[in-house]
Amino acid sequence: MELNKIDTGISTKEMILNIVLYKEDPNYPTVYRYFRRQEMPKQPIVERIKNFNEVALGFEPDQAIMEASRCLQCQDPQCRRGCPVGINITSFCGYVREGNFDKAISVIRESNSLPAICGRVCPQESQCEAYCAMGQTGSPLAIGALERFLADYELKKGITMPSIAPITGKKVAVIGSGPAGLTVAGDLAKLGHIVSIFEALHTPGGVLAYGIPEFRLPKSIVAAEVDYVKRLGAKLETNMVIGKIFTIDELVEMGYQAIFLGTGAGSPYFLSISGENLNGVYSANEFLTRCNLMKSYLFPEYDTPLIVGKEVVVIGGGNVTMDSARTALRLGVEKVHVVYRRSEQEMPARREEVLNAKDEGILFNFLTYPLRLIGNSRGWVEKVECGMMELCEPDETGRRRPVPIPNHSFTIDAQTVIIAIGQGPNPLLSKVTKDLETDRDGRFIADEWGRTSKRGIWSGGDVATGWADATVINAMGTGKRAASSIHQFLTTGQW
Amino acid sequence: MYQIVAEIELAPNIKQFRINAPLIAKKCMPGQFIVLRTNEKGERIPLTVFEKDPGEGTITIIFQEVGKTTKELGRLRTGEAIQDVVGPLGTPSEIRNYGQVVAIAGGTAAAVAYPEIKALKLVGNKLITILGARSKDLLILEEEMRKYSDELYITTDDGSKGHHGFVTDVLKKLVADGKKIDMVLAIGPAIMMKVASEITRPFNIRTIVSVNPIMLDATGMCGVCRVRVNNEMKLGCVDGPEFDGHLVDFDQLMARQNMYTEKEKESLHAYEAKMKK
Ligand SMILES: Cc1cc2nc3c(=O)[nH]c(=O)nc-3n(C[C@H](O)[C@H](O)[C@H](O)COP(=O)(O)OP(=O)(O)OC[C@H]3O[C@@H](n4cnc5c(N)ncnc54)[C@H](O)[C@@H]3O)c2cc1C
Ligand SMILES: Cc1cc2nc3c(=O)[nH]c(=O)nc-3n(C[C@H](O)[C@H](O)[C@H](O)COP(=O)(O)OP(=O)(O)OC[C@H]3O[C@@H](n4cnc5c(N)ncnc54)[C@H](O)[C@@H]3O)c2cc1C
Ligand code: SF4
Ligand code: SF4
Ligand code: FES
Repeated sequence: MELNKIDTGISTKEMILNIVLYKEDPNYPTVYRYFRRQEMPKQPIVERIKNFNEVALGFEPDQAIMEASRCLQCQDPQCRRGCPVGINITSFCGYVREGNFDKAISVIRESNSLPAICGRVCPQESQCEAYCAMGQTGSPLAIGALERFLADYELKKGITMPSIAPITGKKVAVIGSGPAGLTVAGDLAKLGHIVSIFEALHTPGGVLAYGIPEFRLPKSIVAAEVDYVKRLGAKLETNMVIGKIFTIDELVEMGYQAIFLGTGAGSPYFLSISGENLNGVYSANEFLTRCNLMKSYLFPEYDTPLIVGKEVVVIGGGNVTMDSARTALRLGVEKVHVVYRRSEQEMPARREEVLNAKDEGILFNFLTYPLRLIGNSRGWVEKVECGMMELCEPDETGRRRPVPIPNHSFTIDAQTVIIAIGQGPNPLLSKVTKDLETDRDGRFIADEWGRTSKRGIWSGGDVATGWADATVINAMGTGKRAASSIHQFLTTGQW
Repeated sequence: MYQIVAEIELAPNIKQFRINAPLIAKKCMPGQFIVLRTNEKGERIPLTVFEKDPGEGTITIIFQEVGKTTKELGRLRTGEAIQDVVGPLGTPSEIRNYGQVVAIAGGTAAAVAYPEIKALKLVGNKLITILGARSKDLLILEEEMRKYSDELYITTDDGSKGHHGFVTDVLKKLVADGKKIDMVLAIGPAIMMKVASEITRPFNIRTIVSVNPIMLDATGMCGVCRVRVNNEMKLGCVDGPEFDGHLVDFDQLMARQNMYTEKEKESLHAYEAKMKK
């Protein structure tokens, strides 16, 4: 074995481990082990900042086989524990290694009805990949990229439909077509229930459709995944604002025996600082909705306008901030500044997206917070006045809290300001549904199975309590559990 | 798709469409509106539900062709369909017996005010209606208003009919004459609602206005429709559109309404150029 001659790109430790494994299983094509972790090719930076096409380009089949071959096929795989929907990663990697992509995707489909989406937007680095055994010796397996590869392979080929249980005749209403709602709908439709999804907007998908930009999650992918759920038998009714067109009680009267509320966290927070209502100041939701859902990057071919100045300030530090900043950049602005009050380590945004943003030239101001927005005489924003923070000693929780430095301010010129400091649950439905318990922030109180305080009503995703991380996959995880609880309720009558 | 089942041209560039939307027709209350999108590439715009017919399953809208979307909408004919209609949206008006109500409506806003005027009349209020337009041929809904009003004043900016001047002139006179007024409903351009609110403020007359900020989703998700009311941020689409006129920051409302003026012109020009071809 001429190890020295191969550019393996892996650590000696990993190499030794590979040799050990090779000894245990001589049939295993060890040579693949010496490949470094495969990274997806990306659109070149200079080009991608001028278009809305997807940044990451996906694996080629041989690359996928190489990567899957790095999987150690652990006896007690930890990776699966890191996946909120418990995909059998070991098994699907085994099939990819053999080149059996059809079998591999069917393994994923058993646990995840939206793999093309999760493969793209899951924070893998803190979920499945964080638990991967390979991470201890070198770099973890690229599980997300493999999942995406398989899902795209399947979409291209045409999805094979699973078998659907005989019609049970039980009616279920799903409110909201975000990842939580789609998961519930898909799972219950497969079990033979009659499912209707009610969506307020004209396009289904929730944040996947209106929030996450095209260059990270193409809308055609979202449409295809929604289509899959529809083909499972779920009926989708768009333009239906529940609470307005029907109340929950009316849905019950209409014969829906179970109702799932997956209305998301769509209500934007503002800063309550002066100048926030100036022209040129957007909530991230408005900015992204105009761009993604209404396609204002194609204005005037599409009717909805969006105005960005030469310089843009985005306030916040999460995924929404990165998405807003990178969207603004692609609309042809000169400078995009991110203003974040903590330091880089605390940024909740996915690491990969922060790096992408940096590569693309987004300017970061850490330990900085906005004091006020300054406008011109015509009522348009012109500058953001910022204060500076420093990190104080760690508190009881061990976290270093930022504290403002007195008399230390500066301004950044900006004709566009995007506020991306988070969003609360959409209050529209909770306001008119008085007999459902909510927490202080207005989230529906639900147990681990998604059951709310009212019999026959479940809730999950961002609008329900108990989720520290608002992620697509967590929303789906709550949806999965709710679906199994609903199924049990519908078949046994037990609440 | 939502089919147009009848159309009427009420005045130059003001059209009335009856649209097939059975669920909305069942649910809609005075003060509520819909959001529509004419086609796949269209913008979402809000329009008030002027009338509903739950039996027929239709709602009626009245709109003025002011820009790209309303002009494109105006080109649709009976039998054709609108891509998306969503509603009913907004908080319904508070309809109760106040006593004597002065309702003032300027321009196309007559269509917005009408359902509420009718409802107020039907619960026993005395209605003094002031209906205004830029000129006589733009005056709409005069007969409908008369039907539900105890007194009706007409004003035109150019004097071609009724009082020569603004609707607010009449309001000012009624107030100055010491007429008993228990509530004022002012619906129209923001500037008109501002002036009306200023007239009634010193007399502490309850004044309700219907704000018309730019809207997008109209479900409380985007915040574009935010309006400052009593120094608090309110969402026009879910908390409104009706608010206490004495508490609304009209200057900010007006500034925000103009945010997209240039883009709107660009959009309209592109559309008109396309239509000529
Ligand atoms: C810009 C942005 C970027 C993000 N990036 C990532 C990422 O990279 N990775 C990740 O894992 N997570 C990301 N997230 C978070 C993730 O998208 C959410 O946690 C997830 O979408 C929540 O799903 P949900 O099903 O609970 O609700 P949502 O996706 O919010 O969907 C709720 C749906 O319900 C509809 N609705 C609301 N009220 C009603 C009503 N009354 N009647 C009918 N329908 C109604 C809404 O219109 C919406 O379509 C991001 C979020 C945003 C905003
Ligand atoms: C709650 C509410 C009810 C309304 N009811 C009626 C009605 O019954 N009849 C009627 O004729 N008009 C009504 N309007 C006004 C109507 O929505 C606008 O005239 C329409 O959006 C103009 O669109 P446009 O593309 O044709 O014109 P544009 O040239 O795009 O805009 C002209 C002006 O209309 C306003 N406007 C533009 N886009 C929007 C938008 N997305 N949302 C709100 N305002 C916008 C702006 O102030 C703009 O300057 C209502 C508005 C609101 C908020
Ligand atoms: S769904 Fe997400 S967490 Fe689960 S395996 Fe796929 S990428 Fe990892
Ligand atoms: S932990 Fe990593 S190496 Fe082990 S089975 Fe899972 S993906 Fe493969
Ligand atoms: S229109 Fe978006 S919040 Fe009101």
